Amino acid sequence: MAEALQFDLARQTIREINQFLHQEASTNGVELIEILNPDGIHSIAAGVDANVAVEIRGHAGYFVAGMNKCASVTVHGNVGWSVAENIISGTVRVKGHASECAGASGHGGLVVVEGDASSRCGISMKGCNIVVGGSVGHFSAFMAQAGTLVVCGDAGPNLGDSLYEATIYVRGKIHSLGADTQEEEMQPADIQCVARLLEAAVIESDVGDFKRVVSARRLYHWNADAHQEY
Amino acid sequence: MCGIVGLLLKNTGMRDHLGQLVTPMFNCMATRGPDSGGMAVFREPLAEPERRFGLFTPLADFDWSSFHTSFTRDTGVDGRIHSIESHASEISSIAASDFRAWLAEAWPNVHLISVGRAIEMYKDEGHPGEIADRFHFTEITGTHVVGHTRMATESAVSPAHAHPYTAGEDFCLVHNGSLSNPYSIRRELETRGIEFETDNDTEAGCRFLEWRMREGDTLEQAIETSFSVLDGFFTFLMATSDRMVLVRDAFACKPAVAAETDDYIAVSSEFRSLAHLPDIKSANVFEPAPEQIYSWTL
Repeated sequence: MAEALQFDLARQTIREINQFLHQEASTNGVELIEILNPDGIHSIAAGVDANVAVEIRGHAGYFVAGMNKCASVTVHGNVGWSVAENIISGTVRVKGHASECAGASGHGGLVVVEGDASSRCGISMKGCNIVVGGSVGHFSAFMAQAGTLVVCGDAGPNLGDSLYEATIYVRGKIHSLGADTQEEEMQPADIQCVARLLEAAVIESDVGDFKRVVSARRLYHWNADAHQEY
Repeated sequence: MCGIVGLLLKNTGMRDHLGQLVTPMFNCMATRGPDSGGMAVFREPLAEPERRFGLFTPLADFDWSSFHTSFTRDTGVDGRIHSIESHASEISSIAASDFRAWLAEAWPNVHLISVGRAIEMYKDEGHPGEIADRFHFTEITGTHVVGHTRMATESAVSPAHAHPYTAGEDFCLVHNGSLSNPYSIRRELETRGIEFETDNDTEAGCRFLEWRMREGDTLEQAIETSFSVLDGFFTFLMATSDRMVLVRDAFACKPAVAAETDDYIAVSSEFRSLAHLPDIKSANVFEPAPEQIYSWTL
């Protein structure tokens, strides 16, 4: 492995580190960047657009690896709200648990949460893939438009509420489905998709046990007689 | 926004350092609530029938010595007073109702902000960092503490609108969020003779819970009832003389994180305000789930 360029948030500012990641990381040939003492600080490695690996050693705050493009970011701890928000490409991996809105609005790339993700995981996702080793909280994949959410544990209340064309796979119990969301039978293509994403995420789970959840597409057209009930 | 912090020390050896541990938590959360701040500290309870009456006046150079002299002279009851500029604690065995009646008559501009055997209260308008310095938060000792940094969204910025809110004895509450129906709760409680001091939404929640407990509910039962009564968003952190209790509403859109070790339970809006605590790297750090009641006892 390449020698790591080390930053220490106990001694350096987040702005210093992010400016390096934005302005120099893509041109100076560095392959591996290590960030020590994150201590819950917000916006670590947000907005990176470079083929680098970033290893964050500890718990990170909000917006870590937000808008990530190309980079491979690993957090060796928990993360606060909105990890990998609006991710474009690359991989963001959380070794611990993630707070709310993990992978929110993500366009592409892969978000892996090895522990649990909290509520609104994958809210409004637009094409990214999210694999959660544990469980997800309420309103996960709310209004998700494209992409795939794989949950190896359980899903909380109102899963996939107002879902568009994203697909959700859940291995454990689903507390409840949200409005206009339905469970469908797994097809061979679904099993292949889950297997491929689990492999990419390096998470072991029994592919055969997953359930497929998609939009029922009743909300696509306004129905004045529905009395707001779907 | 708003910031909440709480720290309960299980390790009795750490209780002399409560202020040193909690003040960085409080100051860190000033970014979430820069307009006011406050802390309710719980100490070893006074022996019955003594009570600590927490007092506030808008005047930083208020003559608390004259206040105390007037108290003992007018009521004929002994007491002792500790003061820091605009705040004081009058410790006395007078009945709380008698103290309230005397205060309203003799010193209408002095506000009673807490009553109990364990609670001691500091809260004011201003930047939390300055409030921490003014009231020497780093020197605080005790068993547990809850604090709040406020960014007002629905009622005035004033010392009375700063959190924590109290109701009854040895009960306080801090709130991140906003309630949509405080006035209907207030109208309901006022018909039962409960008086309000501000137009703040949190006060309605605090007085509702305390009223339920006076009616015989446990705090857990009162909170369960509140789920169907309180309309709005909340992360509530509460404390009584021997415990700290946390609850988030069903949507849980106001943050909270808890860290537990053998020595302490720490709660905050954000993990970064806990990062300085001893052994935090090996603590059990978790996000409290919606509509679950977390209670930690001394």
